Amino acid sequence: MQITSPAFKQNAKGALADVQLQQALGNVRSGFIDKRLKAVEALPEFEALRDSARAIKDHALANLDLYLEAYEKKVVASGGHVHWAESAEDARNIILDICRKANAKTVTKGKSMITEEIALNDFLEEKGIRPVETDLGEYIIQLRHEHPSHIIAPAVHVTQSQVEADFRRVHTHLDAARDLREPEALLNEARKVLREEYFAADVGITGANFLIAETGTSIIVTNEGNGDLTQILPKMHIAVASIEKIVPTLEDASQILRVLARSATGQDMSVYTTMSTGPRREGDVDGPGEYHVVLLDNGRSSMLGTEFQEMLRCIRCGACMNHCPVYHAVGGHAYGWVYPGPMGAVLTPSLIGVDKAGHLPNASTFCGRCESVCPMKIPLPKMMRHWREREFERGLNPAAARSGLKFWAFFARRPALYQAMTAIGMPLLSLLGGKSHRFGWLPLAGGWTRHRELPAPQGKTFMQQVRSARSAGAR
Amino acid sequence: MSGREAILGKVRTALKAKAGDTVRLAAVNERMAKSAPGIIPARGQLPAKERIDLFCAQAVKLFASVERLASADAVPAAVAGYLRQKNLPQSVRMGDDPRLSDLPWSQEGALEVRHGPSDGNDEVGVSHAFGGVAETGTVVMVSGADNPTTINFLPEHHIVVIDATSIQGDLETAIAGIRARFGKGEMPRTVNLISGPSRSGDIEQKLILGAHGPRALHLIVVGG
Repeated sequence: MQITSPAFKQNAKGALADVQLQQALGNVRSGFIDKRLKAVEALPEFEALRDSARAIKDHALANLDLYLEAYEKKVVASGGHVHWAESAEDARNIILDICRKANAKTVTKGKSMITEEIALNDFLEEKGIRPVETDLGEYIIQLRHEHPSHIIAPAVHVTQSQVEADFRRVHTHLDAARDLREPEALLNEARKVLREEYFAADVGITGANFLIAETGTSIIVTNEGNGDLTQILPKMHIAVASIEKIVPTLEDASQILRVLARSATGQDMSVYTTMSTGPRREGDVDGPGEYHVVLLDNGRSSMLGTEFQEMLRCIRCGACMNHCPVYHAVGGHAYGWVYPGPMGAVLTPSLIGVDKAGHLPNASTFCGRCESVCPMKIPLPKMMRHWREREFERGLNPAAARSGLKFWAFFARRPALYQAMTAIGMPLLSLLGGKSHRFGWLPLAGGWTRHRELPAPQGKTFMQQVRSARSAGAR
Repeated sequence: MSGREAILGKVRTALKAKAGDTVRLAAVNERMAKSAPGIIPARGQLPAKERIDLFCAQAVKLFASVERLASADAVPAAVAGYLRQKNLPQSVRMGDDPRLSDLPWSQEGALEVRHGPSDGNDEVGVSHAFGGVAETGTVVMVSGADNPTTINFLPEHHIVVIDATSIQGDLETAIAGIRARFGKGEMPRTVNLISGPSRSGDIEQKLILGAHGPRALHLIVVGG
């Protein structure tokens, strides 16, 4: 997938002007937040479970090498295969190899952000293998040749009438006069079309929400049941997972499951939580004949031991973007790669480089809602600040921003001078603010004042106010 | 160098850990051996009767339907009744679970019972649950010839028979039950935790039942 993160500013401008997108984003602003709150309030232990979930992941990350080895041993013992992929390219080639050995022509896929990250679909198509997305949202965007704009609701940017138009355009074998006005009719049509694909597929590829070291189990969580039909009907199941998905035991996964569904969709449990361990057993009458796991690093090991390690606790619930005013305004595509919103603003620079993704951690008001709803208590704003520091250290910001910051820093490091200058500046600005005490236009700040007015200072500096308050208190 | 060694090497370097560190390894092994439950919500921690009631109430909230029977012998009549009520053909698909096949199906003369995995042409599948979770109204399904996984997903209607005595307060206790049956560190090929019928919210966040899995989930709770 083409990375457009460097063009975040242009992307955002386009998104703000896109009427259809803004209509679709209304569903994010209203739906997710209330559902999550209701589910959280109905569980008194939710806060304690957040701490428990965080501690589990911290422990797993601190011993990641050992848990990966234990996990591998159990997968092999249950008859499965483990493949280790350092990079996206390695993962693509490993998957292609497995598919070729199975003579695969059609591959069904459960929703998996990891396979978006490694751009698997385009690659398989190039090699003559047809990937079919089976999650309704993923299916819709595959028909539109788009990428997910949200990690749990990939087609959240698409309106119902757009889906209808896409189905009419692609499903030309169906009666042109059929009624598709209701969303139920659209879902039924997708169900019918995809049923045939499940049976036609030679290989089923899913992601994984958890890998269990104790048992060699991979777990996926879905509501539609597509991930299950993807993995039980073809003769081979490939689970693609990044290395930080590992937790020690089934009990640990159970703790995190309680915060995952509530944070994501406001459900107590997703409809289907599926634990898969190895291929078809002796006596089994269904299930995949082969079971493969592809463990992907792709930059995650470089986050360990750094100020970004905590990001590896992320369980991809999407709560941070559901509560983010920036995401609400521009949607997911503006972020320019697989992971949007606050978690994307931290993760994307780690995975593709801050030189390409520097705008993302800058596009934050630091309101802190993301951190307050994150079930894994990841300090997202703090980590965005770390990226801003790195960006500055490496000289990646534009010259005007750098010299502006340097100019400010010169005074900030000299408090006496700073106070003297502001003591002159504030009354002056107050005077220039006029009767309205607002600026409708400012030099170098046209981008701000085009859409709103800037309040003018009221006359005294903060330090002056503190001093007069103190002396008033002393009297 | 293989991908495996490279990744494990990078992880160890980042964690400042050495291969063969016996202290860390002992801690990790102990944690996996103990498989201790963490925080268990109070919601499901109830005496048997209330626990079963909670299971039923939670399942109904998830748009499953629930029917309670005093004895398993009444299951075939209940299944036939469900089919009549939904205007479905008198035909069901099930696996070889003796807890199902030993029931008096012949009493329902018109009801055809087909055995084996589903090939996608079944309107109705019947399975027996391994257990249930009251906290969330979840049924726990275990794969095998007894209850093939395809029956959980391909039929339009999924009828699940569950013994009231197998309904636990929380998922951790259900997991302990799986461990007791299959052995420490061992798992059946597939465990499906099912909470209500299949659904999607992918079109403008509108909740629609019946995505790729069953459109309806009917739970028959026996005993309790």
